[in-house]
Amino acid sequence: MSGILIRGGRVIDPARKADERADVYLLDGKVEGVGRNLGTPPGAMVVDATGQVVAPGLIDVHVHLREPGQEDLETVATGAMAAAAGGFSAVCAMPNTDPVCDNQGVVGFVKAQAQRAGKARVYPIGAISLGQKGQQLAEFGELVGAGAVAVSDDGKPVASSHLMRTALEYARTFGIPVADHCEDPTLAGGAMHEGLVSTRLGLKGIPAAAEEIMVARDLLLAELTGGHIHLCHMSTRGSVDLIRRAKERGVRVTAEACPHHFSLTHEACEGYDTNAKMNPPLREPEDRAAIRQALKDGTIDVIATDHAPHHYDAKEREFDDAPNGIIGLETALGLAVTELVGTGLLTLPELVARMSTTPAKIFGLPGGTLAPGSPADVTVFDPAVEWTVRPQEFFSRSRNTPFAGRRLTGRATVTIVRGQIVFQRPD
Amino acid sequence: MTGAALGKDLTGLEYLSPDQIRLILDTAEPFKEVSERPIKKVPALRGKTIVNLFFEASTRTRISFEFAEKRLSADTVNVAAQGSSVSKGETLVDTAKNLEAMRIDMVVIRHGSSGAAQFLGQRIRSNVINAGDGKHEHPTQGLLDLLTLRDRFGRIAGLKVAIVGDVLHSRVARSNIWGLTKLGAEVAVCGPASLMPRNVHELGVTIIPRIEDAIQWADALNILRLQLERMQGGFIPSLREYNRVFGVTTERLARAPKELVILHPGPMNRGVEIDSDVADGPHSVILPQVTNGVAVRMAVLYLLAGGSPDWAGAAGKGEDH
Repeated sequence: MSGILIRGGRVIDPARKADERADVYLLDGKVEGVGRNLGTPPGAMVVDATGQVVAPGLIDVHVHLREPGQEDLETVATGAMAAAAGGFSAVCAMPNTDPVCDNQGVVGFVKAQAQRAGKARVYPIGAISLGQKGQQLAEFGELVGAGAVAVSDDGKPVASSHLMRTALEYARTFGIPVADHCEDPTLAGGAMHEGLVSTRLGLKGIPAAAEEIMVARDLLLAELTGGHIHLCHMSTRGSVDLIRRAKERGVRVTAEACPHHFSLTHEACEGYDTNAKMNPPLREPEDRAAIRQALKDGTIDVIATDHAPHHYDAKEREFDDAPNGIIGLETALGLAVTELVGTGLLTLPELVARMSTTPAKIFGLPGGTLAPGSPADVTVFDPAVEWTVRPQEFFSRSRNTPFAGRRLTGRATVTIVRGQIVFQRPD
Repeated sequence: MTGAALGKDLTGLEYLSPDQIRLILDTAEPFKEVSERPIKKVPALRGKTIVNLFFEASTRTRISFEFAEKRLSADTVNVAAQGSSVSKGETLVDTAKNLEAMRIDMVVIRHGSSGAAQFLGQRIRSNVINAGDGKHEHPTQGLLDLLTLRDRFGRIAGLKVAIVGDVLHSRVARSNIWGLTKLGAEVAVCGPASLMPRNVHELGVTIIPRIEDAIQWADALNILRLQLERMQGGFIPSLREYNRVFGVTTERLARAPKELVILHPGPMNRGVEIDSDVADGPHSVILPQVTNGVAVRMAVLYLLAGGSPDWAGAAGKGEDH
């Protein structure tokens, strides 16, 4: 099998503390070598990465691929292609499919569909409870045996503290994180963030406390059990404070933030734009600032998209009745470069850490480094190219994004998975 | 047709300038007289087709709009959510586009979801008038409240108006806040904290927690209807307690330093937010509000249809343009 030589790029590999101009040679699905002027091995395909960043493949630990059950919105194949086009070599798929991914059959099906597609890797996340009903624990052992990398009832917050405690304890056996969508169900049910904008628009609000109450509970339960809690899509400054203090105490907590939460505020809901409707909702400028700072100081570990495809009809309706969520795989890198690196907050190595190195580490996934012998999962991206978000050109089957028309800087040019080019942007 | 004076739609008072609000009130004046004639009809909107699209039950507002339309000689059709394709699951945008395909000129919409009027206005060419959308706005109610206050006091600027009750769920409250503050009134909101929207003070209003204090402060009280289902929602313990703590009663009004003007958008829960003696008392302008509602809606319809403000007086006299 002939290899791929990625020549002349800026190789950023935070796991090895490397940030250097170098060539990367991939052979037989592994990183064969990284170094200056490697020369062109016989038969190797050459990717010219001059002026580009060469990073370990980006990993998104939170996506919804809708298959099985809602293939008109997205499939494993279209989602994995959208991921590759966005520079992601791997994604973790949430279990809220139909049927729910609460058994080894669905885990195996999702993996098989991903293999058939041959684009980004797809790691299923199993449900915490059977049917995401919040009552009986799913069979974590069988889920993990079939290939699940974490458990979550995402979208259906685990209301029962007892169930969450048990999940955290039981998950320790398998060394997997328990990922929680933090929302007190008795304070939820609103259409947007509770604040001045919801007051003006007359929409029912979701207070920041709805998230923070569950964050606090989950942190206490993680402390009690020694389990690994992964907090999904953190959106408030209060949550950031709680996580920061828990980390100081040594609680096993990791957390993610979404591009929309570090890019937008609740003002995006003005005019009842249903593409700005998501849960957790877009919050206030102070929350956005806290999320950005937390990504800088590591209180929040990773950037994840919460990619949530919906049909345009579903969003083309009254704000109260529109579903939550936006797609994010094809805008995440551009938003991160524009909003975090372009503003001087993060360095490019810090960004790569939040989007590749750390996601691999906390979910125990292959990749996340270009160390020789690692999987040949590589993202080549241009950190300076400017482009306009045009949803009609997305590979995702859905178009629901509030970023249409937005000018962004930074975009993936080549995505390599298992030593194969799965995406290459046309010149 | 686009009424240049107001824009295409009337979705809320938040989006109007003080001059636009004054224009509507001034335009309403000559239309008041139309309703006092033996033949209550002028030809201003002859040939116009107006659909009253009511997704929520409404008696007063729907009838008021219908009278306003008919007195302007428009052709009107009433569509209620029940018994139409809406109840068969048709989306709002499909309903609207189908109506428009029948070549209509205006839609008056009442809908339970905030933003429904704007949603519609962005998707059809016809003028859209918001007759109440969720908890957002009820602009013609706000306008008729302004007109009634102006009739009574001769001005809006400098008036102290307290809006009392369930501000959280009230579209009437929001339209009143925008309209009154834009015309220079001082506005306070009063009611249980559990029925106050977050950050409401940032809309330029004062929060007065106790009704006794609001009565001391205000020139006029606009008493909101307490939706009876708020009790089930856990926002207040009971209607009896609400009346005890926040009800506008004769006893409480007797302690006011001046005689307060009492407004209520209706329908009233007598004995809950307002005592019958107050509602029927000499300072109540609740029925004049209803009368003014027709005139204000005539003015809005006329202006949105492209009627010239300068001609409103003439239109009110029955001359054809």
